[in-house]
Amino acid sequence: MLRHVLSRTLPRISGISNCQYSAAAIPVPSAQPEVHYNKVTVHQDAVSKRSFPTINPATGEVICQVAEADKADVNKAVKAAREAFRFGSPWRRMDASDRGLLLTRLADAIERDTAYLAELETLDNGKPYAVSYSVDVPMVVKCLRYCAGWADKWEGKTIPIDGDFFCYTRHEPIGVCGQIILWNFPLLMQAWKLGPALATGNTVVMKVAEQTPLTALYVASLIKEVGFPPGVVNILPGMGPSAGSAIASHMDVDKVAFTGSTEVGHLIQQASGSSNLKKVTLELGGKSPNIIMSDANMAEAVEQSHFALFFNQGQCCCAGSRTYVQDTIYDEFMERSVERAKSRVVGDPFSMKTEQGPQVDEEQFKKILGYISSGKREGAKLMCGGGVAADRGYFIQPTIFGDVQDGMTIAREEIFGPVMQILKFKTLEEVVERANDTKYGLAAAVFTKDIDKAHYISSGRRAGTVWINCYNVFGAQAPFGGYKYSGNGRELGEYGLDNYTEVKTVTIKVPQKNS
Amino acid sequence: MSVVFTSLWQDGSQEQRNKLRFLLTASVLLLCLYVIWGDQIFIDNEWHESCSGRKMPVHNPATGDLLCEVEEADTEDVDKAVRSARTAFQLGSPWRCMDASDRGLLLNRLADLVERDRLRLATLEALDSGKIFLMAYFVDLMATVKTLRYYGGWADKVQGKTIPVDGEYFTYTRHEPIGVCGQIIPWNFPVMMFAWKIAPALCCGNTVIIKPAEQTPLTALHMACLIKEAGFPPGVVNVLPGYGPTAGNAIAHHMDIDKIAFTGSTAVGKLVQKAAGDSNLKRVTLELGGKNPNIVFADCDLEYAVEQAHSGLFFNQGQCCLAGSRVFVEDSIYEEFVCRSAEKARNKVLGNPLVPGVDQGPQIDQKQFDKILELIESGKREGATLECGGGPWDRNSLFIQPTVFSNVTDDMRIAKEEIFGPVQQIMRFHSVNEVIQRANATHYGLAAGVFTNDIDKALTVSSALQAGMVWVNCYNAMSTQCPFGGFKMSGNGRELGEYALQEYTEVKAVTIKISQKNS
Repeated sequence: MLRHVLSRTLPRISGISNCQYSAAAIPVPSAQPEVHYNKVTVHQDAVSKRSFPTINPATGEVICQVAEADKADVNKAVKAAREAFRFGSPWRRMDASDRGLLLTRLADAIERDTAYLAELETLDNGKPYAVSYSVDVPMVVKCLRYCAGWADKWEGKTIPIDGDFFCYTRHEPIGVCGQIILWNFPLLMQAWKLGPALATGNTVVMKVAEQTPLTALYVASLIKEVGFPPGVVNILPGMGPSAGSAIASHMDVDKVAFTGSTEVGHLIQQASGSSNLKKVTLELGGKSPNIIMSDANMAEAVEQSHFALFFNQGQCCCAGSRTYVQDTIYDEFMERSVERAKSRVVGDPFSMKTEQGPQVDEEQFKKILGYISSGKREGAKLMCGGGVAADRGYFIQPTIFGDVQDGMTIAREEIFGPVMQILKFKTLEEVVERANDTKYGLAAAVFTKDIDKAHYISSGRRAGTVWINCYNVFGAQAPFGGYKYSGNGRELGEYGLDNYTEVKTVTIKVPQKNS
Repeated sequence: MSVVFTSLWQDGSQEQRNKLRFLLTASVLLLCLYVIWGDQIFIDNEWHESCSGRKMPVHNPATGDLLCEVEEADTEDVDKAVRSARTAFQLGSPWRCMDASDRGLLLNRLADLVERDRLRLATLEALDSGKIFLMAYFVDLMATVKTLRYYGGWADKVQGKTIPVDGEYFTYTRHEPIGVCGQIIPWNFPVMMFAWKIAPALCCGNTVIIKPAEQTPLTALHMACLIKEAGFPPGVVNVLPGYGPTAGNAIAHHMDIDKIAFTGSTAVGKLVQKAAGDSNLKRVTLELGGKNPNIVFADCDLEYAVEQAHSGLFFNQGQCCLAGSRVFVEDSIYEEFVCRSAEKARNKVLGNPLVPGVDQGPQIDQKQFDKILELIESGKREGATLECGGGPWDRNSLFIQPTVFSNVTDDMRIAKEEIFGPVQQIMRFHSVNEVIQRANATHYGLAAGVFTNDIDKALTVSSALQAGMVWVNCYNAMSTQCPFGGFKMSGNGRELGEYALQEYTEVKAVTIKISQKNS
């Protein structure tokens, strides 16, 4: 009903699950969107004077050169962010509801430019345009709107402490927040980071991934357009070892939030420890189990498991990359999954029929092919795919391995590509134990009709997110984050605000306390 | 609030004054052109004539002119509206199946539309209620937009909990809407009250039947147009102009209305509570009268306190449940305070609410006008000192002179009863304990003010006062984030802020037996 009424309709989040898009509703994209912003801030070149190429992964060709931020640029950005955060600054004095309004306006501007942003995202990242348009950008808009609403609802408490005192808490922003994001969902990760940081009144120095800087820089122009005060958001394209490292070890950055590999997550935590003990939140890797019980709806489980792994070219930290299937249905599940993977359409990301585009760059491409070789070598059974899918660009065939054992490299390490591992199990207790036998703890899913099994697994699995009879269901309202090596802290939801807040306890002596 | 306006007009730059002039000119132009968008009953997103065939007149209190006639809802129309609201609330309906974030989006769209029509709504409000146009524009409409946006943000943040119960169970709560909500609002802030009522109700997913006051139905009916335009499904909001004893009574007694929210007098509040008891035990929230103390200590900033106490009483022609109508002033500054307050009141400019520079319009209707004059007379009779004002401003209209009484004692009627008009009572006090005791000696408990620079006095008095809102060194400082409601006979429940959400929510605890519990 509502969907007919609102002209700029947002698709339901669950709509992403079947990769079925109504092509009629999506405007025909330009495969060569013009790049308007490739500088460090909206109009400035890097202090370093260096630049780097950003590549179209579908062709391997250079899209354009982008100014490369270095340590000197980070220093400059931190100074700007610190100034914007100064006590008495416009940003600090702004009504919380007006911070919310600015975020709402940013959401409106992004919604207005959905088609262009989706084109740019697809060009730079390789993800299918239909997905950029109907999943990534709408989720960005929803995330920002959601966080906007929190701005004036992030309430402190008054606390009945003992004695003749009046005690209350203020939820204050932490200060200058460094944010380092990944290339797999460039726009969405940017929104996940900016939304809570700005809703709670922080200022931001953000380094975007060198593979995919373009949409973030365009959003920077929108941030300026909607009227955020200068210095509140600073966006720096650059490399991890230079710009990223400068943020992580900066003495005047109060908090760092990082999304990326577990390996780099260690470095960030170390950098904080050896600099100013800045607060650290991390969203890292996963090797998430997806458990299919024999009583599950087979068609649904096959489709969802396919989506759980292959969505976004397999480049998801929460990818369901260990599919545990109960022995009695193992063969049928395998057969149907292979059939589904074979029918997956790989190709030009700007084509509406395409379900899978290229991997993001040559490094990832080679790494994934390396994992596929290890799978073959270590004795897993290659059921389909297993090789390169096109003459140029970084396309990889949808690949399924059967008879995977828990000790194999492909069952232990994060592949971050379109490679599905199917493992067999017998009992509930066994599968929970095996599912937990990993250093990761990001997500998990179970497919079953049995309410007891669903609860047993959902409480037994050590993971930050558990999906029951569904996968990859994200709402801006629900927290996301990892146990164990998968991270530290939570993003989204009310929980996400905690990571951007300092709690101040104010206690005042009163002559006489009364209840 | 009025300070903002006054300073905009008096101390503002030429540019700001020009902007205000422009707005006024535009509004007068609009006045010539304006068409009242809604003059019927709004049910199921459609306009209806009344079942009885009756209409009611709507007047401009500043001139006494008839503005238009509006269809008058009665019991049958209420029944029709309840059926529509019930259908909209059915399990599986578009409204019930809608994502919470989309409910929020609809409220945000409505806020956008109100912002678009702000000038028109403010004009309509000033014409219909007699309030100062610039106040309507800057205060009422601003608050309306902010309230809608604020609750737009809450829609997908009304969160249940999962609860660690004893035993092998998994327990969670769902925060569900209550259902069909009847809402009855007064005439003093027509469009703002409309937003205060519908926004939290819709945010939580309820459906609404709202009766605006018979004196001021026009902005509510315009809001109905905007609700339809924003895209709320039919039946979610139904707007029924009508009278209290007929339509209001039918809502309060209805067996298929799940909750009622009423803002108005304490006398009618009692009727509403009784009606709920007599019918289906519907949930009741009430925002009623007040006789609010405003306590001024000698150590405060005197000029500022005089100004705040003045606007705390005279704002909106004194027609505020929040009005600071008992000003307690410490004896050492009493004479000075009275003198300055009377001077302020004497300087008030009465006149056409659409004209800039005018800061007091007419009272809402003859009944209120007569009641206020009667209370003024009682003040004179009972021995209070009349410092200024004390009668009608002009024989043939509903304007009343700004009136200040000093030497008021606690037992006088003007110190006990809600006057709801431009009449300020100033009393004298000696000590903190005395003033706390006297301030609390009332059956009301809505708001209170304290003016002092001493942190101990501020905290002592603010915790001792029996009132839902206490302002320290300010008055009428309201915002949509902050809860609003009364102790004692000033009401029941809270509006605005997060607290309002629980007034529109049923909590359902779901407990599931599980095979094995783990922490």
